[in-house]
Amino acid sequence: MEALIAITIGVLVAASVYLMLARNVLRFIFGLVLISNAANLTIFVAGRLTEGAPPLIPVGADGPVGDVANALPQALVLTAIVIGFGLFAFALVLMFRAYSTLGTLYSDDMRIAEPRTEDKT
Amino acid sequence: MNSIILRVGTQYLCGILVLFSLYMLIRGHNEPGGGFIGGLIGSTGFVLFALACGTADARNALKVMPQNIAMAGLGIALLAGIYAAIFGDALFTGQWLFINETPEDKGIPISTVLFFDIGVYLVVFGSILSIVFAMEEEI
Amino acid sequence: MTWTLATPLVLPFLTAVLAFLARYGAAGRWFSVAGNAILLGASILLMARVLDQGVIATQMGGWAAPFGITLVADYLSAVMVVITAITALAVSVYALSDIDERKEHLGYHALFNILIGGVVGAFLTGDLFNLYVWFEVMLISSFGLLILGGKKEQIDGGIKYVTLNLISTILFLSGIGLLYGMTGTLNMADMARAIDTVENQGLVTVVAMMFMVAFGVKAAVFPLFFWLPAAYHTPAFSVSAVFAGLLTKVGVYALIRMFTLVFDGDIGFTHQILLWVAALTMVTGVLGAAAQNDMRKILSFHIVSQIGYMIMGLALLTPLAVAGAVFYLVHHIIVKANLFLIAGVAERTAGSTNLDRIGGLYKSAPLLAVLFFIPAFSLAGFPPLSGFWAKYVLVAAAIEIEGWIIAAVALLVGLLTIFSMTKIWAEAFWKPHPEGVDPELTRLTPQARRNLLIPIAALAAMTLVIGFSPDPFVTFAKDAAAQLLDPTAYITTVLGGEA
Repeated sequence: MEALIAITIGVLVAASVYLMLARNVLRFIFGLVLISNAANLTIFVAGRLTEGAPPLIPVGADGPVGDVANALPQALVLTAIVIGFGLFAFALVLMFRAYSTLGTLYSDDMRIAEPRTEDKT
Repeated sequence: MNSIILRVGTQYLCGILVLFSLYMLIRGHNEPGGGFIGGLIGSTGFVLFALACGTADARNALKVMPQNIAMAGLGIALLAGIYAAIFGDALFTGQWLFINETPEDKGIPISTVLFFDIGVYLVVFGSILSIVFAMEEEI
Repeated sequence: MTWTLATPLVLPFLTAVLAFLARYGAAGRWFSVAGNAILLGASILLMARVLDQGVIATQMGGWAAPFGITLVADYLSAVMVVITAITALAVSVYALSDIDERKEHLGYHALFNILIGGVVGAFLTGDLFNLYVWFEVMLISSFGLLILGGKKEQIDGGIKYVTLNLISTILFLSGIGLLYGMTGTLNMADMARAIDTVENQGLVTVVAMMFMVAFGVKAAVFPLFFWLPAAYHTPAFSVSAVFAGLLTKVGVYALIRMFTLVFDGDIGFTHQILLWVAALTMVTGVLGAAAQNDMRKILSFHIVSQIGYMIMGLALLTPLAVAGAVFYLVHHIIVKANLFLIAGVAERTAGSTNLDRIGGLYKSAPLLAVLFFIPAFSLAGFPPLSGFWAKYVLVAAAIEIEGWIIAAVALLVGLLTIFSMTKIWAEAFWKPHPEGVDPELTRLTPQARRNLLIPIAALAAMTLVIGFSPDPFVTFAKDAAAQLLDPTAYITTVLGGEA
């Protein structure tokens, strides 16, 4: 199972790098979504894949009973997903604004902040 | 989107979604659920509203600016964390109050954790709506 | 005890809430100033406590380390929090006249204070994942601040800033995952103990490199700095001042923290790379600056160049060198934030920051000229200003272990920095205004003049104080370095006595 997830992570990263190398910033964003999912899976698999019940403590007990899954990576992944969601929403709005104000989605054409030649006048 | 079915359906759905989100918020205390998921569900109600009737109507229905809701939520969550200072505990230590406590029964528990969750609910609710409304109005 | 640590963390967020809810009135901006003044008080209290006890730690929510989230302050964290508070207060006063009402209505003060909260959180946390969260808090609020106002340049610079920083974030996150998989803990102090027992030390080095790249993007080191000169000259002046002063330095702090506390196993490899990075960062930054013709762009490239000095201190990893890096951090934040604030006043008085279009500031604004002279030549390392001592300690540390080449690079870059600073001096202050009209500082209202110049004067005064009496600061930096290089006190304090 670890090997399968490792391969999945590899494929995700490869696909996202391909997308992120594109000049179109929208493709870049999609690549970013893929690679952030790859990172989340990395955390998930780094916490060891065990077959176990949800780590909930039954009523009346002092601790979880029997084999339970490691809850920490799940908490980390959840936090990372939430943060990633916020960043993605922001980046998407930014790209939209870029398209409507700069009129392009191609990173090669975005030279307003750094003009090719220094304006001498 | 000008569809009478959506508009009529939204009137009821919006209320139900907000009610259900509150249920998720409170249920999150002992079972799956909580402020984050509640806020997401609640915001879908108003996102639907904005889709059906336009953002202007949705903003009117909400009455308060979504940004203000989010920031007020942040404030509530912070206050829930700071409240522990009164008892000399560390930041964000849960403080509990049991209403109608008897030796057999714990009564109704009220805790700062709940208020923290309410804060999270409002932050998520407010920020999702501010993003969605802003995007809707731009397009 | 616990609240000495928690107060500086909570205050900025409370300030943000109040400032946001009152953003349509004048109260909003005064909440920001008052909140940052209280933050300065709280951070000085924290500093006093740390000076008294060495390292202090508290567990959030009362969950014992290494399971809960630890807040911990040693000398380095404490001094960074104090400097953050000083910069925040200066910038929030400056912003009274710099930020127009439209930006205030969009929530400038709230974003600014959340940014400060994120920076303070990053300095105080003892938990690696929590550090990631604070980085994100910082990142999101800085995105907002960067494009606030929505000019074309801002959107353009913002895209480069956002995309490159997001990649660094992903690397950081993956690194945390792998490190957690190896050590089974996220608490940095606990990790420092557990990392030696990892079987495959080669893998540790690989993860160390991931962290180096991730923090390297944040700190803007060679060859990962391209987002910085693309973005820092675009937003409002008070925004770029706080970015220039604090954001990259959080990356440097994280590098120093991780590469003294956790990744100290394979120093021959990692710190050798850091040394090369440091030298190349210094050189490329200063050469990039020489090619620019806009005040803020020159200063942006100098941030990159100066980061090289701090990394150099970390890379040499002797007590004197790390002390130099700490001293440099403190000196650099004050000076760099101040220079961006001055660029803002220069733009207001002369109409631009492009050096070809302005001039005559020495004649029309002699006070500003004096105030520029102090941080600019401190940056270049003129004795007896603060930058001289910072460079002196670092070069002395390099010579001490016979690192002649890095010492020579550091001195050469210092010379080239003087070139850039004299360029700004000659073009903006000395030569007459190209359009013949002398810019007059009187164009500013007395109120704006007061709000803009008081923070600049205060920061310049601090540069002078550090410059004329460097002894206590150097002693402090040496103590901080001793703590960093021997983290036993840090680890025992965090983990509650059991070493």
